[in-house]
Amino acid sequence: MSMPFGYVPAEQQMRDKADYARKGIARGRSSVVLQYEDGIVFVAHNASRALHKISEIYDRIGFAAVGRYNEFEALRLGGIRYADINGYTYGRGDVTARGLANLYAQNLGMIFTESIKPYEVEIVVAEVGDSAEEDQIYRLTFDGSVQDEHGMVAMGGQADAVATRLKEGYREGMALTEALRVGVTALTEPGGEAPPTSQLEVAVLDRNRPHRRFLRLTGARLEGLLAESAPAAPAEKPAEGGKTPPLESPGPDAPTAPDGDIDTGQGD
Amino acid sequence: MASHRDLPAGFADNMFLNTGSSSFIEFVGSYAPDLLPGRRPALARAVGDEVPHATTIVAATCAGGVVMAGDRRSTSGNMISQRDIEKVFRTDDYSCMGIAGTASTGLEMAKLYRVELEHYEKREGRTLSVEGKANRLATMIRDNLPMAMQGLAVVPLFAAYDPDAAHGRIFGYDVAGGPYEHHGYNAIGSGSIFAKGSLKKLYRPDASPEDMALTCIQALYDAADDDSATGGPDVARRIWPVVAVITADGFHRLPDEEVEGHVRTMLDARMTAPDGPTAPLR
Repeated sequence: MSMPFGYVPAEQQMRDKADYARKGIARGRSSVVLQYEDGIVFVAHNASRALHKISEIYDRIGFAAVGRYNEFEALRLGGIRYADINGYTYGRGDVTARGLANLYAQNLGMIFTESIKPYEVEIVVAEVGDSAEEDQIYRLTFDGSVQDEHGMVAMGGQADAVATRLKEGYREGMALTEALRVGVTALTEPGGEAPPTSQLEVAVLDRNRPHRRFLRLTGARLEGLLAESAPAAPAEKPAEGGKTPPLESPGPDAPTAPDGDIDTGQGD
Repeated sequence: MASHRDLPAGFADNMFLNTGSSSFIEFVGSYAPDLLPGRRPALARAVGDEVPHATTIVAATCAGGVVMAGDRRSTSGNMISQRDIEKVFRTDDYSCMGIAGTASTGLEMAKLYRVELEHYEKREGRTLSVEGKANRLATMIRDNLPMAMQGLAVVPLFAAYDPDAAHGRIFGYDVAGGPYEHHGYNAIGSGSIFAKGSLKKLYRPDASPEDMALTCIQALYDAADDDSATGGPDVARRIWPVVAVITADGFHRLPDEEVEGHVRTMLDARMTAPDGPTAPLR
């Protein structure tokens, strides 16, 4: 019996899909997620200030993604629904990053196997706990595999190179300014220019904030933090013993992001 | 059992990914309608005083914001069902709502409304306008009309800081919806008639948030004085009214110690003048 015309072995199909997805992701810019003393900071190189790569999912849970915008946006919206309905049905404390990561894993896995075109995305789901030990960072790839990361994670275009630079700079218990510097350095090619502030999307999950821990850092505040964290300045030691006050939200009329160019997720 | 419990982690029927509207309520309505307060089967007979009722809430604008306060009593007929219930809820960073009427439905509605506002904010990346928030609440109250006709009525009072106008705003409702914007002050619940009478004489449009908190506490005391369903401050158990202040700095619930200070100031003065402060005649 001969093979039917046009038959492609399953291995080949999966390989092709994985290659396709990897290529798609490699065209975009990178993002990093890392722990600092008061929580978790997300730093993304994003030319658009209107289309976010970083977002709030729930009280303690944040989301970061790279790749094709419409695909990770669908995942983000689905995740928000999942979190809100579970928090509403049960209790707000019952919404966990692990549950959300499982949901994403199942669906990314299903999409990878069943549809012709896999999602060209990589996402991170992070949850801030009451202490650094309770923080959780999950990284999910286009085929639905989940990795439980410790301390930091890089994804996107040149993920490997970015991860190496991130590992070099990272240490436990950094202040926010230092963590920002490490993140921005990791996103900067050696000898290249750091992404301008207007192209940095930054947000934190600050464990000391009440109600919702997620906070976007934009505008003057971000510039201030970046200036403080500039490599030229000596890294200041935070005062021992005292907890840093939680970051305050910018005010009711502060836009979550200024308007700007649209990043299609396809690089420049 | 709700349909969503049967789904494997969720996306099987594309429910979470079918990203239609930014309204959480619309989503719940199609996904697990039995979770919504207003969409339950009709009751065999109307409910009366058997279920606990929440009582008086007052709200008043002040310099740069708005103050809302609620007493701590819920009643079932002539019984006091709870003496430390909380009826003023933070709904987002710049708004809050108080409930009067059926306590359980009110609590549920406050919880749902908070998720509704947050859901929109997370999905759209912007907060709703104050009108948008007030209208949304009106729809929820209107959806509850069939239940209200069966005795499970809820009437909220909504207060928010409007960043565009830079002042506080107050919206009232009836069982069929609303919203009705109230300038200055308003009160809801069984003791509202007395509270409004009190506020009418004590309200000063440009009072500081601290003074307005005291004014609201005075109004609640006057309501408790004449309405059996409204609870006065419980000095022995240290149960004080819930007082929330919303300004440009966001929602802030006054800590118990601060409310206690206001209450004691008021009680001291009432030892000599039991009817409270008097307004000048001319």
